Amino acid sequence: MNELVCKCGHVNKEGSELCLQCGRTLTEQAEQRKTSDVMRYEGMARRSQTYKRSVIDRIWNFFSSVKVGVWLIVITLVASAIGTIFPQELFIPRNIDPAAYYEDRYGLAGKIYYVLGFHNLYGSWWYMLLIAAIGTSIIIASLDRGVPLYKALKNQRVERHGSFLKRQRIYSEYVTDRPVEKLEEIGAGLEKKKYKIRKENNHLLAEKGRFSRWGPYVNHTGLIIFLIGAMLRFVPGMYVDEQLWIREGETLNIPGTDQQYFLENKGFTLETYNEGQDSDVFDATLQRVGPVAKNFQTDAVLYKREEGDIAGSANREMEPLFEQPIQVNIPLKFDGFALYQTDYIENEFHTMSFTLENKETEESFGQFTVDLFNPEQDGLYDLGNGYQVEMMGLYPDFSGFEDGEPQSASPLPNNPAFLFKMITPDKPDGEVAFIGIQQNLEPLGENEYALSFSGLETRDVSGLTVRKDLTLWILALGGAIFMIGVVQGAYWNHRRVWLKAGEDGKLYVAGHTNKNWFGLKKDLSASFEGTDLAIPEDHQELKDSKGTAKEEQERGTTGQHQ
Amino acid sequence: MQNKKKKRLVMRISILAVLLAAVSYTIYSSVVGEERNLVKAGDQAPDFELTDLNGDVHRLSDYEGKGVFLNFWGTWCKPCEKEMPYMENQYQKFADQGVEIIAVNVGESQYKVSNFANKYNLTFPVVRDEHKDVMDAYSIGPLPTTLLISPEGEVTQVITGEMSEEMIASYMESIKPES
Repeated sequence: MNELVCKCGHVNKEGSELCLQCGRTLTEQAEQRKTSDVMRYEGMARRSQTYKRSVIDRIWNFFSSVKVGVWLIVITLVASAIGTIFPQELFIPRNIDPAAYYEDRYGLAGKIYYVLGFHNLYGSWWYMLLIAAIGTSIIIASLDRGVPLYKALKNQRVERHGSFLKRQRIYSEYVTDRPVEKLEEIGAGLEKKKYKIRKENNHLLAEKGRFSRWGPYVNHTGLIIFLIGAMLRFVPGMYVDEQLWIREGETLNIPGTDQQYFLENKGFTLETYNEGQDSDVFDATLQRVGPVAKNFQTDAVLYKREEGDIAGSANREMEPLFEQPIQVNIPLKFDGFALYQTDYIENEFHTMSFTLENKETEESFGQFTVDLFNPEQDGLYDLGNGYQVEMMGLYPDFSGFEDGEPQSASPLPNNPAFLFKMITPDKPDGEVAFIGIQQNLEPLGENEYALSFSGLETRDVSGLTVRKDLTLWILALGGAIFMIGVVQGAYWNHRRVWLKAGEDGKLYVAGHTNKNWFGLKKDLSASFEGTDLAIPEDHQELKDSKGTAKEEQERGTTGQHQ
Repeated sequence: MQNKKKKRLVMRISILAVLLAAVSYTIYSSVVGEERNLVKAGDQAPDFELTDLNGDVHRLSDYEGKGVFLNFWGTWCKPCEKEMPYMENQYQKFADQGVEIIAVNVGESQYKVSNFANKYNLTFPVVRDEHKDVMDAYSIGPLPTTLLISPEGEVTQVITGEMSEEMIASYMESIKPES
């Protein structure tokens, strides 16, 4: 390994730009680079830049590169943006094949979108890999820079070589008869400005706000904690996000609770604002837009099942824990879980009633009611006096005939249809009628009797979101640390002033800050007050205003910088 | 110096290893996703207690020592309907060899289920999971889903989708208790 031996005798690690001991530049390249770049990491060697031997070193160096980090972020940003062009798979209708949906709806672009996997972008392995790569890049790049920076600042010397001072953006030399006294005076002035002062052999280092240099690293720590929180969501038991559809009157187990908790829906209410009942201020709007929802509410009872009970209908005797209305933004909370009111279906068919009539005379022979979810076990509905209806088939979600047999697409009562046999005293063998919504068939020939639809009972289905998130506090902690890092780096600056009372009777003054040069100059002007010395020059400014600099020199307003 | 370099290499390897492990776990979990929660082969079958169409209560743990062919189904589900007669045929062959079929209907009425059972003359126990408790306990997704449970009560295989009669026969053979 090459070591860089400075003129002062200090041995520096390979890759260093400035001597840790005296501040001399060590290489030709360092000499050429801008001072602000060299000073960013105090001229320390970024280790990754120097060893490129093993595969591990190569991986390390790859992630350590800021250039790579920036590209990873850019790629992720672009991918994330593309993911918003068409809706994600989660938000397209459930019952349609996504492959067909994207092509039908969005044409060729949709097909490409689907084939390339953008329809499920944010959960895809390659997107997660990108995020992981950014995380890795943040950790490694921070370690690679933060550790040497910390070492450099911790071990920094008061004495610096003249060339180091001269390179600084703020630098002046003064010819004065009492340089040591002046140095003390300026030092005292800086101390008043809350600089920490260190003195050694007629050298002085005044430093303030070093901790602001840790800002980016604190910020990155917060980001990593945030990512860890997001990752923990995949650990079983840490995060639950489920949907529970529950009809009025039902008691169902709450998904995600391992059959421990059950919920009863005692009733769902959807209230709207009414003219007359509610404040008059709503009237104009209500007349314009029609009904406006005021409240969505599920009156719920929470049950806990005894430990050790087994699943099944035979074992549903449970003690209620408590009862609570669930409203939007007022969830029912228990044991780390929260049930939110998020959706509803109004007026799902529950029971349907029919009247048996003679077609010709229109005489009625009684009425019966079929509970779509729990019909008579044998399907027989006795109307008395020898009149009876036998339900031969129930098709809650009638979807058509197949080989002459009615089919049901699902168990949900979306489109109920019935096959009835009407048994009457004059037709003891019965007449068969198929009854559906807007559909009446007499498959076995003309009937004398008919069933007419005479009543409907509906109930509401409440849609609840079951949510448990044990990672929230980690995300909040990560976010808070992130912000602390931002504030730390943004609102404080690391300012340093080096003073040297040279043996040649000159006083040398150099200043550096990582940002806000104006603030540093203000500090300097305050501490130079009463010393009869002009404020040190800002060479950046001089360079920026070359034209005017000449005039200034003629007027003699500048110091004695050569 | 040599020592220092070694230390650095070890440091880098361990940091990269931790990162790699975290990333692989996360990606694995997200790709496997929901399936991770499913009852899968190798798990102990969750016990349950359900009532059949005749009012008899069936408890899974009572079937210890027998292989259990646990089928989740619904009357509206075409593939379920198709495999029922096959299951009935094989049940006739395997019932006295210590393999039991329990067909769990998911959330339908006694009327619908018994109509269906009568239509296909099913002789094995058909139980109703009225509130989908057992379906949830087994985290059943699409129907039909069949679980093969060994005489020791361990799930040996989970089959989603339709089965042919040969498949059913070989599955039942696989959970036959040794005599």
